[in-house]
Amino acid sequence: MSKIRVHNLTKIFGEPTGPAMQLLKEGLDRKEILKRTGLTLGIANVSFDVEEGEIVVVMGLSGCGKSTLIRCINRLIEPTAGSIEIDGQDIARLSDDQVLELRRSRFGMVFQNFALFPHRTILDNVAFGLEVRGMERDERVERAGESLRQVGLEGWEQAYPSQLSGGMQQRVGLARALAVDPDILLMDEAFSALDPLIRRDMQHELIALQSRVRKTIVFITHDLDEALKLGDRIVLMKDGYVVQTGTPEEILSSPANRYVERFVEDVDKSQVLTAGTVMRDAGAVAFLHEGPRAVLHRMEKVSYSSLLVLNRDNTLAGYVLAEETAEAIRRGDRDVCAILRTDCPRVGPDEPMGQLIGLLADVRVPVAVVDDQDRLLGTIVKSNVLSALADTRGRETEGGRAEDPAEDDREVPAA
Amino acid sequence: MSREFPLVGKFPLAEYIDLGLDWLTDKFAFITRAVSNVLGNGVDAVVTLLTYPPPWVVIALFAALAWYLAGRRVGIGTAAGLAFLWNLQLWHATMETLTLVMFATAVAVAIAMPIGILGGLSERFHRAIMPVLDFMQTMPAFVYLIPAIPFFGLGQVSAMFATVVFSMPPAIRLTTLGIRQVPAELTEAADAFGATRAQKLFKIQLPLAVPTIMAGINQTIMLALSMVVIAAMIGAGGLGGEVWRAIQRLQPGAGFEAGIAIVIVAMILDRVTQRIGQTGTKRH
Repeated sequence: MSKIRVHNLTKIFGEPTGPAMQLLKEGLDRKEILKRTGLTLGIANVSFDVEEGEIVVVMGLSGCGKSTLIRCINRLIEPTAGSIEIDGQDIARLSDDQVLELRRSRFGMVFQNFALFPHRTILDNVAFGLEVRGMERDERVERAGESLRQVGLEGWEQAYPSQLSGGMQQRVGLARALAVDPDILLMDEAFSALDPLIRRDMQHELIALQSRVRKTIVFITHDLDEALKLGDRIVLMKDGYVVQTGTPEEILSSPANRYVERFVEDVDKSQVLTAGTVMRDAGAVAFLHEGPRAVLHRMEKVSYSSLLVLNRDNTLAGYVLAEETAEAIRRGDRDVCAILRTDCPRVGPDEPMGQLIGLLADVRVPVAVVDDQDRLLGTIVKSNVLSALADTRGRETEGGRAEDPAEDDREVPAA
Repeated sequence: MSREFPLVGKFPLAEYIDLGLDWLTDKFAFITRAVSNVLGNGVDAVVTLLTYPPPWVVIALFAALAWYLAGRRVGIGTAAGLAFLWNLQLWHATMETLTLVMFATAVAVAIAMPIGILGGLSERFHRAIMPVLDFMQTMPAFVYLIPAIPFFGLGQVSAMFATVVFSMPPAIRLTTLGIRQVPAELTEAADAFGATRAQKLFKIQLPLAVPTIMAGINQTIMLALSMVVIAAMIGAGGLGGEVWRAIQRLQPGAGFEAGIAIVIVAMILDRVTQRIGQTGTKRH
């Protein structure tokens, strides 16, 4: 069962919604509905699922309805029609008290402009969610302190938000959301107000954090690079509708329509990048003569599920998988020869990136980059490719981010 | 040519108002008189308390309080100002005025806060009270004195009533403003973490509105002070009484003495309350 299942969710701002709903059923778009009824269509028939532990990025330009969507999920905005199921329970039908309880126990939310309480210390900000639940002071201080440690802000407990930089303030925002130990994190343009360098740091930190805490995350952004970097899957929206849902690779390689195409064509630098430019140092590797225990230990240390295996002369022999290494230990193998797999994808450093994307989609292990003597130069995993794509674009657009949409796309109901 | 309004006679507005007030007096005077007694006794008690010890003791206490609340300079200024009033032989009148202003402000704020909070939370309520506040503030303050007498009798409590009505609007307005100007993203964040309305009000909205509310209370105090001279006409006494006497006897010197005394009291109250408002803002 999906963690979150949004089905045909529709929001129309203003009253009465009946005629507008009718027009929507007849297939009219937002502009036409506004003209005929004076009501603003926030989102229309939005459906998507979020699996447990997954990051789904909802992306689109200013005014596409993404902020409305995320606020419907925890009912900060009342949906007009459709359902939002959390673990199978339709929250659109809950009473006010139940909604309160749901927000306290299940959701953590991070806001674009941080929305820290200026009159409270960092600690009291982080503890806010616990405080409204009625948790005792000692316990919430401890939990909030723990949460601050997670985001690397220990020692700032007694400071006030205005004393912190933007990046630090958003860490507090993140800590506040994590403190209540929610299963779902809602992140509304969480990094959009940060400058590019800090923003990149925060993205990487979120990825690292996610590998530890495994929350279900709905992340809103107007920035494709960010979406590609963070999203396990991306929901692309336009004018209140979902235009395409898919993994970053799917969106890049087969855009559903012209709108998506236009979005991604800026990013399509894959033809000019090569394996040599996007590869990373392999980090940990194993050697053919090593015992399985040592190999498994190293794998656990870097939390890889596989390791490349080299011969003594640094040429590539193949790779081993964690589960088979464990098997080898049980059998009492002296080395990893028996479990070595040799069907390892390998490319030269001049391989164009366009090919890599296809290659990476099919394999579970990193792609090895080798020189003409088969010596290992580096490895490539999916995130390398995507972040390399994002970085190139980031460098090009810095300075003049003309096509960057405005920060705030909250639809204002037509009064 | 007739100067009368054509066809219909004068609309008997005054008569209706009198009828209504008579009815109210008839039915409720026993309550208002009781309130009057309690408040009157309270005011008397505080005045006695302030005038019984030697003035320098009271001056020292006020100066210490002002220092604690608003810093050294205001503390020294308070001591100097009050000592000067003692020297002018206006000590008793000053204490009377101060007590009256404190009581009136306390009552005004006690009424204004809940109304102001409601106005901040409910747009409809806000729209309903705004014209009433305009009415209260633009009606010449003298007029309130007239109905006050049948309800509360001549003297300080009638003066307080008129003062409260006249000085309450800014406290309501600024409380409402303070609540309304709390950024929507902060109340939204409180909502997102499951805060109830009361939690949102007491943990987020009110604390953030404190500087604005204090500005409102400051305004209320200043308006209350401006009412004491007017209130002297129905026997409120105090510094206003001194001014009133000087007017009747055409003694400009005595009038200015009492007037300057009012200014000094106003400055002390203003600086102290302003500073309280600022300390609330400091961190923002």
